[in-house]
Amino acid sequence: MSAAAIIPHDMEPHPVTGMYNGKFGIWLFLASEIMLFGALFSTYVLLRMGAEDGMWPKHGAEILNVPLATFNTVVLITSSVTMVLSWAALKMGDVAKGQRFLGITFLLAGTFLVVKYFEYKEKFHHFEVFLNEPMAVEGYQEPLKGIRGHFTADSPKLEADAKTGAYAIPEYVIIEPDAPHGTHEHPKPVRIESAQVKRISNFGPRHSNFLATYFTLTGLHGLHIVGGMVVILYFLLTGSTFAKKNHEKYVNRIECTGLYWHFVDLVWIFLFPVLYLL
Amino acid sequence: MSHHEMSAEEVKKHVRTYMMVFGALLILTGVTVGVFYLELSIAAAVVVALIVASIKGSLVACYFMHLISEKGVLYWILALCALFFIVLLLLPVLTERDSVGVM
Amino acid sequence: MSSHEAHAGHHHDHGDHHHEELPFWRKYIFSVDHKVIGVQYAVTALVFLFFGFTLMMIMRWQLAYPGQPIPLIGKYLSSAIAMDGILVGDGYNALGAMHGTIMVFLAIVPLAVGGFGNYVLPLQVGAPDMAFPKLNMMSYWVFFCGGVVMIASFFVPGGAAASGWTSYAPLSVIATTGQTMWLLGMVLLITSSLLGSVNFIVTAVQLRAKGLGFFRLPFFVWAQLVTSFLLLLAFPPLEAAGVLQLMDRLAGTSFFMPSGLVVSGVQQTQYAGGGSPLLWQHLFWFLAHPEVYVLILPALGIVAEVIANNTRKPLWGYKSLVYSAIFLGFMSFIVWAHHMFMTGMGTTLSTFFQATTMIISVPSVIILTCLIISLWGASIRYTVPMLFAVAFLPMFAIGGLTGLPLGLTASDIALHDTYYVIGHFHYVVAPGTIFAMFAGIYYWFPKVTGRKMNDLLGKLHFWGSFVFINAVFMPMFFQGMAGLLRRQYDQTEQLHGSLAHGLTTMSSWGAWLLALAQIPFIINFFWSIRGGTKVDANPWQATTLEWAAPSPPPHGNFDKVPVVYCGPYEYSVPGKKTDYCPQHVAMEA
Repeated sequence: MSAAAIIPHDMEPHPVTGMYNGKFGIWLFLASEIMLFGALFSTYVLLRMGAEDGMWPKHGAEILNVPLATFNTVVLITSSVTMVLSWAALKMGDVAKGQRFLGITFLLAGTFLVVKYFEYKEKFHHFEVFLNEPMAVEGYQEPLKGIRGHFTADSPKLEADAKTGAYAIPEYVIIEPDAPHGTHEHPKPVRIESAQVKRISNFGPRHSNFLATYFTLTGLHGLHIVGGMVVILYFLLTGSTFAKKNHEKYVNRIECTGLYWHFVDLVWIFLFPVLYLL
Repeated sequence: MSHHEMSAEEVKKHVRTYMMVFGALLILTGVTVGVFYLELSIAAAVVVALIVASIKGSLVACYFMHLISEKGVLYWILALCALFFIVLLLLPVLTERDSVGVM
Repeated sequence: MSSHEAHAGHHHDHGDHHHEELPFWRKYIFSVDHKVIGVQYAVTALVFLFFGFTLMMIMRWQLAYPGQPIPLIGKYLSSAIAMDGILVGDGYNALGAMHGTIMVFLAIVPLAVGGFGNYVLPLQVGAPDMAFPKLNMMSYWVFFCGGVVMIASFFVPGGAAASGWTSYAPLSVIATTGQTMWLLGMVLLITSSLLGSVNFIVTAVQLRAKGLGFFRLPFFVWAQLVTSFLLLLAFPPLEAAGVLQLMDRLAGTSFFMPSGLVVSGVQQTQYAGGGSPLLWQHLFWFLAHPEVYVLILPALGIVAEVIANNTRKPLWGYKSLVYSAIFLGFMSFIVWAHHMFMTGMGTTLSTFFQATTMIISVPSVIILTCLIISLWGASIRYTVPMLFAVAFLPMFAIGGLTGLPLGLTASDIALHDTYYVIGHFHYVVAPGTIFAMFAGIYYWFPKVTGRKMNDLLGKLHFWGSFVFINAVFMPMFFQGMAGLLRRQYDQTEQLHGSLAHGLTTMSSWGAWLLALAQIPFIINFFWSIRGGTKVDANPWQATTLEWAAPSPPPHGNFDKVPVVYCGPYEYSVPGKKTDYCPQHVAMEA
């Protein structure tokens, strides 16, 4: 057999870095991820500072659901703990326990995504009609530049432009406005003629730069969760065989997976206050 | 210290640390949300939220990711990364602020 | 092999079955051997280089003879590019945008980093392969897919991306489908670069042979290491920007769309507005300036190797070279806005970026000076690689020095967006980097194939290229200083047949003759694979570790694991029998 087989420091830590190849590699990858999310945070700051008056919500909670996000924060933190416990169990040689914790991590990640799905879904069924001139709505103290709420059943169906995806403005719309801040009473539905309407959008990415940033950042973060889940699932399925064959190598693989997973958690720790609370 | 030669005893000690960090993270999450409902001024809210998030992030990085027991080379790489991150965060904004005309 | 093992076959440690002969597709197509991947990268990149050059030759026809049908190939071009053989405006824009994109992202970077880096770096550090061979294979195939997406964009409705290689918003946001393909292609290319750079850094740091301390690494390895850090940390912001632009194009967001945007007299009401077109420029140039050094550093690495070998003496100021490369890499992250002086930037920030730009020229000059002083007093062997390496020095100097007036805000106002800029950066990358690439090809060809390329054809290639490439780019400085703007479909509207148009014609003829000058290279390249003179493992009497392996090196590279005893350029050491002391040979006291 030629020397081709052995790559140095595949398992042994290198004296300069104190890490085996895989771990050093994953850290470098995470460094690049920091720059990826850094650019998006930079986008957030720049757009927010440059936003015209009233174009950016006072804080994300005005539009977003804080209790759900708090719940998700706890879920993700817990998944990080179970991930590191899985590694610790494997390190102590208890493969069954390690796999169990890995399984819990996977389920928690799934929970996060399910909650996120309901958060997203709600946004796509909630609309805002942007007006050319501010309009007085009962229950609101100031005239509104845009009326937020749900269209009633007898409001004409909206049709999206095939190319741009923007809604064509129908002759009129009937919308039931949201309850004003601090109350639970919905004002009576309002009929708005097309001449008064500037633009109609749901609370999807096209609504405003705030929601665009929200969907891009959380979407990209969600993709990272999905990526992590694929890797975790792979190790859930193959882990016990892998560990039997080369226990130490399997522990290393889980350590690297863990590093990535904790990073995904870390990103969320910053995303949560920045998007929802500020 | 490297994890490579870590004994079962040491790992057990680690597990205790993990649980403490877990507790701290939950409390700090509570603090973040609690402070939000105090409705501080924007500047104060930003400062508090970012400080709390940074503490939480450091806990995750130091203990869950074992950054605290890594070697110098990695610190240098991450410091470089952090520096460029700050550059990326600040310079575009400064440039916009400093621009002639709009904004 | 037991059934249990077969079940878990994909977990096998790399190389468990070396006694088995790999099937063809594993050996040459989905190979995990860094050398095969390096050659795959290099060959793909050379094809793209030729393709990108062809696009430019078509554009040069329109510039020299506006409105006349393109000879030879005109009638075969699609209607999005040419009508009745005459290049149309949109086609001109698409060719320009794709020329830039292909040359930078699909030709030079893959050749310099993917090709040379992959092949030479593991050999030079004495490693059996890259740290992550499978990842390496993946990065090539992701790159390949990115290339396919880019080329496929020529065939979508509306043709390829036409918003320049810089894809400035908001023009790019409202452009045709080709732009979406461009963005998808870029995301793939960036992913490939990231995978590659992680692999390179880990390999260079962790897989060094015993005795090969950091300051015994060949300068080429240092150049690749710094380059990899640039790719690692500068590319992600462009990936982010790409995602944002995709959102703008596909999800109707307004990251780069300002409020009240009017296009062709139509108010763009489907956008929320409030976006910042300048944000794109920031994120783009945050990558694209370090990218300039990604293009030039590997070239400097190759030139350093070739010069040390052919001057038969140590490189002058090896440590200065290394420190300069590191400093260059660092500074390249904080100069990007010098591309944006004309965006209405205020004086404070433009002064800052002007200062950092002047500072970054210092390490570049140190590197160039070290290389020039290395020539001093040497009995130079003018081999073909050395001819290209020596020619690189003044060409890169011209490219670099003409950059200074562009880095100073006052003179940039006059020169911005003129042909002067085109002349400047082409001198850096065309007679600069591409010459270094040719030097590298002639230099390492014997390692890859076990045969040398033909000298006479090589010299023909060199002199032809050297003369004509200057004919292409030198006129651009004069045109630019005369105020001729870039990105014009028909220059005669600005020039009215003045002297500057004669220079345009000269440039065009230079480009076509340059293409002819590549014919000896192409013949030489293919003929030498089978017909070149057979050589031994170290035909150039070089010192670095790649020459310790057989030519071509087998899978696993070295017959026995090398140990390093001395620095990389121990040439003409007094009191030795030979004029070179290879790194892997112990020097007797």
